[in-house]
Amino acid sequence: MNPRRPSERASSPARKGGRVPQGASQSRAKVSDRLDSWVGHHSTTAAESLARLLRTPLQSLLTWLVVAVAVALPAALYVALSNVQNLGYSWQESSQLSVFVQRDARPDAISALQTRILERPDVLSVEHIPPDAALEEFKRYSGLGRVVEGLERNPLPDVLLVFPAEAGITPEGLEALQQELESEALIAEARVDMAWVTRLQQLMRLGQRLVLALAGLLALGVLLAIGNTIRLAIENRRDEILVVKLVGGTDAFVRRPFLYTGLWYGMGGGLLALLLVGLGLWWLSGPVAHLADLYQSQFRLQGLGWTHSVQLVLLSGLLGLLGSWLAVARHLSAIEPR
Amino acid sequence: MIRFDGVSKRYDGQDALARVDLEVAQGEMVFLTGHSGAGKSTLMKLIMLMERPSQGQVFVDGRNLNRLSRSQIPYYRRKVGVVFQNHQLLFDRSVFDNVALPLQIAGYQPAETGRRVRAALDKVGLLDKERQNPVVLSGGEQQRVGIARAVVNKPPLLLADEPTGNLDPELSADIMKLFRQFNEVGVTIMIASHDISLLKRMGKRVLGLSKGQVVHDGVLT
Repeated sequence: MNPRRPSERASSPARKGGRVPQGASQSRAKVSDRLDSWVGHHSTTAAESLARLLRTPLQSLLTWLVVAVAVALPAALYVALSNVQNLGYSWQESSQLSVFVQRDARPDAISALQTRILERPDVLSVEHIPPDAALEEFKRYSGLGRVVEGLERNPLPDVLLVFPAEAGITPEGLEALQQELESEALIAEARVDMAWVTRLQQLMRLGQRLVLALAGLLALGVLLAIGNTIRLAIENRRDEILVVKLVGGTDAFVRRPFLYTGLWYGMGGGLLALLLVGLGLWWLSGPVAHLADLYQSQFRLQGLGWTHSVQLVLLSGLLGLLGSWLAVARHLSAIEPR
Repeated sequence: MIRFDGVSKRYDGQDALARVDLEVAQGEMVFLTGHSGAGKSTLMKLIMLMERPSQGQVFVDGRNLNRLSRSQIPYYRRKVGVVFQNHQLLFDRSVFDNVALPLQIAGYQPAETGRRVRAALDKVGLLDKERQNPVVLSGGEQQRVGIARAVVNKPPLLLADEPTGNLDPELSADIMKLFRQFNEVGVTIMIASHDISLLKRMGKRVLGLSKGQVVHDGVLT
């Protein structure tokens, strides 16, 4: 196009009649166009707010780090907790009951008892340890061999080691099994070391609550940090907001770039938090595997997994969105053309 | 197009406008004049809904502005073009993007936006400056960008608050010629100015304000 001087055109205004202002009917965009444009504005605003963040990389990185640390802390604790829980499950699987048989029980009665216990649906297997074998083992491992040799007769009873079926390995199931076994006349005592199972479960519950409380506090911190950053961004773009409002920008239009900025702060922080948790796991996994090997355990550290990782980033993004929403609701209405 | 019915505006007990009645017909071009503090800006702010009257009613295009809710204001403002004395351009974007802003807000497609922005820039003679940042333009050119932004959406009503306040007489005449062209194609125009010689040259209806009241209504001779 060839630009002309305004004075040249002034002499022939009629020629341009179709394009110069005429009235409201011409100034309205079509509904379908407006929808397209609305979607378009969302995507361009999203891209522009991200580009704006990347234009001040250091400043943005600082905000991202603040969010990342606040998100990574509860996430790491959650990972630690679920690992302890996994460890707890593998220990529970080795749960067993020690059943002490009455001292004067006859061998055939004992083997009948063993068969009876084995037939129970909540029992996987039963192992019989005769008194002699038990004494032998005791002598070998206790270091009290001399003392044992001095005994006139074997003080140990027949012992049945009962391994419960998988479905029965709960504190309640084990307790029921124990009580039913003790009601047998031939059985003097059935012992199950359950206290640690319950203790572990209670500890886990406590841990979960602590993580939840910590996550709540840190989420509040993220809200405030992002809210404050957005407040500064609003202040920086005050002139633009005024002009946009003067030429007919709706509140939603004015709000949009700031909401996207908050979303990007949150999601970026979430991604960075994933990285932090991943680094921490990688750093610990070697020593943990080594330690587990020393205990002949197959235990290995578990990370967050795909689903939880995606959830973490989305949740963090949601926090960012919420934080910017709070700032925008509080500060945008204060900027009105005067 | 514009009607004031006993409109008063009070700031801290001081009357900026006191029981003003006036009417501007569709397609008219009127000037507002008076000393600073006479109420010119207040009157325009009431039309732009930057302020609400303390008393009385303002009608624009048959609509009672008192009845417009806060959420309706943006849609109303899209039908009123405004030119400011300090032009209110954004220096973080190009001339093109400044002029395109009202169209983006109103939801125009990029192709349509481009067409209209270029038509408006062509009209004010700045088509060759569309890629530049307004900060490098002269005062007169910046004001013309402001005018292009005010008319790009083809509003039926155009307000201008001291549009030539910072310009020399020659540039002022150029700007006024532009306003006259818009008026010739049907746009109702209200311009605030204290430049009496300019008002006399234009030969249009002049509303003289003093202490918040209309003290003159007619062509200056």
